[in-house]
Amino acid sequence: MTGPALLSVEGVAVDLPTPRGNLRAVDHVDLSIGAGRTLGIVGESGCGKTMLSRAILQLLPKKAKLTGRVMFDGQDLVRLDRERLRKLRGRSLAVVFQDPMTSLNPVLTIGTQLIETLQEHLELDSVAAKMRSIELLAAVGIPAPEQRLMQYPHQLSGGMRQRVAIAIALSCEPQLLIADEPTTALDVTIQAQILDLLAREQRRRHMAMIIITHDLGVVAGRTDEVAVMYAGRVVERAPTPDLFKRMRMPYTEALLAAIPKIDAKPHTPLPAISGRPPDPTRPLRGCSFSPRCKYAWAQCLIEKPGLEDADSPGHQYACFRPLAAGVPA
Amino acid sequence: MMQPVSQPASADPLLRVENLVVEYPLGNKTVHAVSSVSLDIARGETLGLVGESGCGKSTLGRAVMQLRRPVSGKVLFDGQDLTAMQGDTLRRMRRRVQLIFQDPIASLNPRRRIGDIIAEPLVISGVKDAKKREQLVHDVLGAVGLDPQLVTGRLPHEFSGGQCQRICIARALVLNPEFIICDEPVSALDVSIRAQILNLLEEMKARYGLTLLFIAHDLAVVKAVSDRVAVMYLGRLCEVGPSEQLFAQPAHPYTALLIEAIPVPDPDVRPAESVAVGEPPSPIAPPSGCRFRTRCPRADQRCRDEVPELREVAPAQFAACHHPLIGPA
Repeated sequence: MTGPALLSVEGVAVDLPTPRGNLRAVDHVDLSIGAGRTLGIVGESGCGKTMLSRAILQLLPKKAKLTGRVMFDGQDLVRLDRERLRKLRGRSLAVVFQDPMTSLNPVLTIGTQLIETLQEHLELDSVAAKMRSIELLAAVGIPAPEQRLMQYPHQLSGGMRQRVAIAIALSCEPQLLIADEPTTALDVTIQAQILDLLAREQRRRHMAMIIITHDLGVVAGRTDEVAVMYAGRVVERAPTPDLFKRMRMPYTEALLAAIPKIDAKPHTPLPAISGRPPDPTRPLRGCSFSPRCKYAWAQCLIEKPGLEDADSPGHQYACFRPLAAGVPA
Repeated sequence: MMQPVSQPASADPLLRVENLVVEYPLGNKTVHAVSSVSLDIARGETLGLVGESGCGKSTLGRAVMQLRRPVSGKVLFDGQDLTAMQGDTLRRMRRRVQLIFQDPIASLNPRRRIGDIIAEPLVISGVKDAKKREQLVHDVLGAVGLDPQLVTGRLPHEFSGGQCQRICIARALVLNPEFIICDEPVSALDVSIRAQILNLLEEMKARYGLTLLFIAHDLAVVKAVSDRVAVMYLGRLCEVGPSEQLFAQPAHPYTALLIEAIPVPDPDVRPAESVAVGEPPSPIAPPSGCRFRTRCPRADQRCRDEVPELREVAPAQFAACHHPLIGPA
């Protein structure tokens, strides 16, 4: 980490009551991100990455129980009253969700939604807000922005809708943007465009950004730091090049190995991870990955490993049987 | 009508698609979903079919099955034209061709037990002996890696996405088909589960002597399982060729763009800056000439005027482009 943290998540846990019992979606996560930095949070479905982002934004389901602190720009969001939170969200703290069709209001025009956000937070008059909206749409690569203001979300393609959602998120110059699977619903060629757009705006605005994704490929070239989550916990965390080159956690290794590589020969069997993630309502006593881990031994089954520092700076992992340091995967 | 284009001719293809045209009416307009596509799939081969959403790849798969009747063209399966078949003849033929869909949970009836779901194709095809059915269901479940004793009595909601896809594969295999169309079989699954299912499909292909049409948007996934790959754009075939060759030296600019757009899980590979320009046009009013010309860096007047035919640019590699990246100019 360089500089003081803009956001620091301290011992955050999220519990959700379900008919099958308590579900611990996020299990004591500590993370931080400095101003102007990018952090990737990677994991498979159900690993808690989305719940973590909602915990940061204070957008958890009503029944969810949140413990820990979410320090943003010096204040604890968990203890902030609703009015102050509302002022912060959309202004300093913005979010882009996976599905732009559900995050945009289908019965309001693009213009109404953009102008509303601008007027709410920036006290612009309607002419200034409209001008600003046009600038924003142009900045996110939307052709003929003036006409688009009059259109409804359903009149735009998925890629264009996601650009609009990004324009709204960027509209008040946020200090932190959380992008939760921003390209999962999009085609590959559009995905590349949207990721480029996010990277460009992030650099230009010197904004901090958290990209949440299931795809290690998405974070590889576009983040400063990566946190890998499994079963509600951060199991490895490192500066991006370090994570890919000197990974210590067997899950990270297995996850990367399971991705089909574009330069592999056809019909090469993939090193699949056997089994599936544990039932989050039945937490395991030991390491959550141990039933699927090829290196697991007795200790892994009875004791939960905590995050420990690796030799390289900023690198932490939670494993009793870590991969040898310096061995590239 | 155009003449059948030259193709990597296999002497005895199991499936031959000739100038297939599929259109959907939309109000008073027409969606040109598949426009004059010709393909051969040899016995025992896996042909990967890639393209972005809306390119017509799923429609092509459905038209092969005659689930959507083509407007014109032929689908020759083992020498017989499926488009000319109706009723019982078609139904008998369909036993030899099966489909696996993207969403494994939605493709299983939620109220029926797994044993009944897998036995259903046997009942329909007239296997009257209940003992025999039970044995076949038992065998096929074992083959896809599920414990028949534990599985047959349960309902689909009791299984994860990966397990449901195993069940769908078992259902497709139970009639001992020759040909399976896999339509995005792993895109709804997590990375670690995806590798399991891809490996399973490869095993099943060897074990049951299958020929596969593997439809997906993910190039790395397609390459992992395919002998040859066909690339579709906006209803037309852009390029066909042996997998490795096609990825090593794409001839069609669209193929090249797709390959460049893949996020690579390696921090040393800098993402190509905005390789893709714009978005695919609407299949209601596709561009004249080459349909990719509106996004193509090499497009000129000829691309506007003339529909490019598939021609051989390298041994067994065919591209429909006036200005291919390789081969005779």
